Amino acid sequence: MRVNFTVNGRPQEADDVWEGESLLYVLRERLGLPGAKNACEQGECGSCTVRLDGVPVCSCLVAAGQVEGREVVTVEGLAEYARQRDAGCRSGSCGTSLDEAQRWAAHGTDSQTGEGTQLSPVQQAFIDAGAVQCGFCTPGLLVAADEMLERNPTPTDEDIREALSGNLCRCTGYETIMNAVRLAAARQSEAV
Amino acid sequence: MDFLRPGSWEEALAAKAEHPTAVPIAGGTDVMVEINFDHRRPEYLLDLNRIGDLYAWEVGEDSVRLGASVPYTKIMEHLRAELPGLALASHTVASPQIRNRGGVGGNLGTASPAGDAHPALLAAGAEVEAESVRGSRRIPIDDFYTGVKRNALAADELIRAVHIKKADGPQQFSKVGTRNAMVIAVCAFGLALHPSSRTVRTGIGSAAPTPVRARTAEEFLNAALEEGGFWDNGKIITPSVAKEFAQLCAAACNPIDDVRGTADYRRHAVGIMARRTLTWTWESYRGTAAHTEGVA
Ligand SMILES: Cc1cc2nc3c(=O)[nH]c(=O)nc-3n(C[C@H](O)[C@H](O)[C@H](O)COP(=O)(O)OP(=O)(O)OC[C@H]3O[C@@H](n4cnc5c(N)ncnc54)[C@H](O)[C@@H]3O)c2cc1C
Ligand code: FES
Ligand code: FES
Repeated sequence: MRVNFTVNGRPQEADDVWEGESLLYVLRERLGLPGAKNACEQGECGSCTVRLDGVPVCSCLVAAGQVEGREVVTVEGLAEYARQRDAGCRSGSCGTSLDEAQRWAAHGTDSQTGEGTQLSPVQQAFIDAGAVQCGFCTPGLLVAADEMLERNPTPTDEDIREALSGNLCRCTGYETIMNAVRLAAARQSEAV
Repeated sequence: MDFLRPGSWEEALAAKAEHPTAVPIAGGTDVMVEINFDHRRPEYLLDLNRIGDLYAWEVGEDSVRLGASVPYTKIMEHLRAELPGLALASHTVASPQIRNRGGVGGNLGTASPAGDAHPALLAAGAEVEAESVRGSRRIPIDDFYTGVKRNALAADELIRAVHIKKADGPQQFSKVGTRNAMVIAVCAFGLALHPSSRTVRTGIGSAAPTPVRARTAEEFLNAALEEGGFWDNGKIITPSVAKEFAQLCAAACNPIDDVRGTADYRRHAVGIMARRTLTWTWESYRGTAAHTEGVA
């Protein structure tokens, strides 16, 4: 079947989609967006987290056909999404094209510091706080953390733990992740 | 496989009548796991995401009509006052991502003995509104669970809503698991005080082939509270009464040994949760009663 939906602000079309296929599979294998990770395919790890009509979900548990006509934001579109949230999008030229999204990487001129590439505040904070080790959990955590900061700009540690309770990390022990989210929240409140 | 995408409730009923083997998919948090792992390969998937009515709720005089697909997150955010037991249970389901998608309709569809909504529904009192092209009926929650992962729905029926009694007193939900997030209940317990009818209702999860009420325990406690004039005098419940109630709740279980826990452990834990939830709810009832007296 064919599925038409919006990904990172731009309309996309996926063809030859199997009826039992997940949104995660469509994003990774049909649209070439490997940001959302596939680790468990059963909702346990959160590494496949994307936003569906604004709401964080495990894309491995959403049937492809269910996203027809709906809006998905993946980690590849997060920087632009955050920028628009701050700036407001009026021109209609917002969003991230598939091509840009496929090429998106946190490389820039320096992958250690994130310099020279467009990052959302939460992405920059993850780099600055050293919250990325193998990085497999990172995309899901970024999407979940960014959504929490949008809803709740001044989270307590309890709020952060709760919001990220569906995202597993096997490397960091979570402390640096907590630091990163605190840092993003602090910078956000300074900016206001 | 075919993906059926009804745009309205009537279309969904017609599709289910035409293809009774079609598997409804709401949040997909049970269905997609089965498909991803090849445990299930249905001929038809019947998507319910397009039916707005299923995502709405109405607060009535005595009960809440909760659309089958209202996600747990919304229940926690909007129905804490009316449905405290279910809101507490909802909060213990999995993770934010799962709670953003999954809901009570899917929990009832799966009818797992470990489903967290069940003890809360049993304790509060509820009816499942099931409908097919043949008509609509209300299934009392006590008759809904018919066996391990089996329910009273006919092949052509869909759940439209659940009618849950609004809380008329304190309610609690308690769940035993290895950690706080993302945990299937080893066992769970729901308790609701109903001061208007001077009764107490319970619900037990994961400790029998189906979710069950501890009826003998309820009857014992109702009689003991009545006899001692507890509803009026608001006294602390006698420890011997609480102990007997806990034992009768444990006796209502018919658990199995499995990877999550032994039968003995489950029975023991249900007794402990029964005593604790009784203490918590009764304390809160006494608090409110005293408060009302103070104001009046
Ligand atoms: C990682 C993870 C953790 C989980 N943890 C918990 C937990 O802690 N507690 C808990 O209770 N559950 C848990 N679950 C299970 C699941 O999230 C719940 O059972 C949830 O309520 C299912 O709702 P859903 O809308 O996603 O159902 P779906 O997967 O869409 O459907 C579930 C079943 O119900 C049927 N169905 C759905 N809607 C209807 C309808 N309107 N009429 C008739 N049939 C219908 C479907 O055909 C299917 O058989 C967990 C699942 C995952 C993946
Ligand atoms: S891959 Fe979806 S939650 Fe793990
Ligand atoms: S950094 Fe390796 S899993 Fe989190």
